[in-house]
Amino acid sequence: MKVLVPVKRVIDYNVKARVKADQSGVDLANVKMSMNPFDEIAVEEAVRLKEGKEHHAAGTATEIVVVSIGVTQAQETIRTALAMGADRGLLIQSDTDLEPLAVAKLLKAVVEEEKPDLILMGKQSIDGDNNAVGQMLAALLDWPQATFAGKLVIDAGKATVTREVDGGLQTLSADLPAVVTVDLRLNTPRYASLPNIMKAKKKEIAVKAVADYGVDVADRLKVLKVTEPPKRSAGVKVADAAELVSKLKSAGAL
Amino acid sequence: MAVLVIADHDGSTVRDTTNKTVTAALGLSSDVDVLVVGQGAQAAADAASKIAGVRKVLLAESAGLGHGLAEAVEATVVPLAAGYDAILTPASTDGKNFAPRIAAKLDVAPISDIVEVVSADTFVRPIYAGNALETIQSADAKKVITVRPTAFAAAAEGGSASVESVAGADAPKTTFVSEEMVKSDRPELGAAKIIVSGGRALGSADEFHAVMEPLADKLGAAIGASRAAVDAGYAPNDYQVGQTGKVVAPALYIAIGISGAIQHLAGMKDSKTIVAINKDPDAPIFQVADYGLVGDYKTVVPELMTALG
Repeated sequence: MKVLVPVKRVIDYNVKARVKADQSGVDLANVKMSMNPFDEIAVEEAVRLKEGKEHHAAGTATEIVVVSIGVTQAQETIRTALAMGADRGLLIQSDTDLEPLAVAKLLKAVVEEEKPDLILMGKQSIDGDNNAVGQMLAALLDWPQATFAGKLVIDAGKATVTREVDGGLQTLSADLPAVVTVDLRLNTPRYASLPNIMKAKKKEIAVKAVADYGVDVADRLKVLKVTEPPKRSAGVKVADAAELVSKLKSAGAL
Repeated sequence: MAVLVIADHDGSTVRDTTNKTVTAALGLSSDVDVLVVGQGAQAAADAASKIAGVRKVLLAESAGLGHGLAEAVEATVVPLAAGYDAILTPASTDGKNFAPRIAAKLDVAPISDIVEVVSADTFVRPIYAGNALETIQSADAKKVITVRPTAFAAAAEGGSASVESVAGADAPKTTFVSEEMVKSDRPELGAAKIIVSGGRALGSADEFHAVMEPLADKLGAAIGASRAAVDAGYAPNDYQVGQTGKVVAPALYIAIGISGAIQHLAGMKDSKTIVAINKDPDAPIFQVADYGLVGDYKTVVPELMTALG
């Protein structure tokens, strides 16, 4: 089974985003960038499908292809995935940040070339917080989807996925090929070892341009401004629980 | 223009999040219809018809819709889309699951998790874990939008819309297997007026329940948890408040033993009043707390119980 894992280079999750003074966006100059945390989980699960870790049969995945759409430096993100155990990479170079619809259309074109049996991807990126690309890709391909996966079992041509939903867990079974988007608790991603980082340097990353795919990537949404959220006014420290309760009561919070 | 709201419901009643989404929808147009998808969901459709401002209610039923399968919801909604300029649904896990799928089929850009309707084509939504707000204008003729319920007031009851049946589709490539819902008599996290939330400092699942439950019961509060507490197995996943869990905005949020990571703050910083109880005076949670109490929860929480009387 061939697995395709889309990954995104985003601001590191520990960095607090700063809005630019001219309200044109978030300042990403000289900010640490990393692989989107959900995508790391997707890569890890793909590698486990190949290795036969946990409840997966060894060799469930035979090839793992990692794809990223973004700036040249997104090759580093792909390289990280290759060091974790993916087999080869594809960068679709774009200097602009494409919207989820455009990303889904490009990924559909990649799927038509690569013909994977399973697409494993993060449920959302921590920059745009859209939570949309996986679902859109499934729709464009007319494939079933299983989002917010907390557990994945591949058996007999089906992906059985336990999903993290409001109120608890839901398990469903999707015919392969399918799109599975992963949630935080699916696994704990590994750190790439130094030998694997060295080996990953020899793995192939094909570089293509958005124009190579001939799909419509025009923006549909115009960002009018990006602003700071309203600041909370400074609070007060209270000495003990009794004072806390009396303050809350006089403020009408209790 | 006309707007379709896809309801969030439990089969017999509609959730508060639906009323809040109707409020957002009324900001786009006065012609708001509500679609109830499900199986045996007539009572939910009747409940939806009583929301003030709703023009009519559509009820679509099928086995796949009964389990909220995205394929079935998409195939049901897309044929109805011709009659509407916008489709709105709460940004619940269900809404997040099917809305982008519908958008892709309609070849439009989905707009996720809006917190404000500026005009019929312009919306505000948080990005970067709530550290920035973007105002976006959609060029699409049709809009597919998920609504952050905590950002809107609930539309009142008192309407009397008609209910009509429409065709419900199924999900040929997806099968429902099972579900396991967390049982709780407490208020739902998303709708609670007061939330007490515990973090990793509580140390174990037994301690988490022993400390949080009596306090929640005393306050009539829902219980939340930080990701650290959930990952450590102290609380179920469903309790998680934050960028990757639930976004809440209660009147009062009491954070106990929670440091206040960016991802947690994203889920609760719009609460009206925030109380932080933490023994580390430098914990980031104190920067957003209206009232901070530096101390060990082991002594503070019992004192708090006494002070509450």
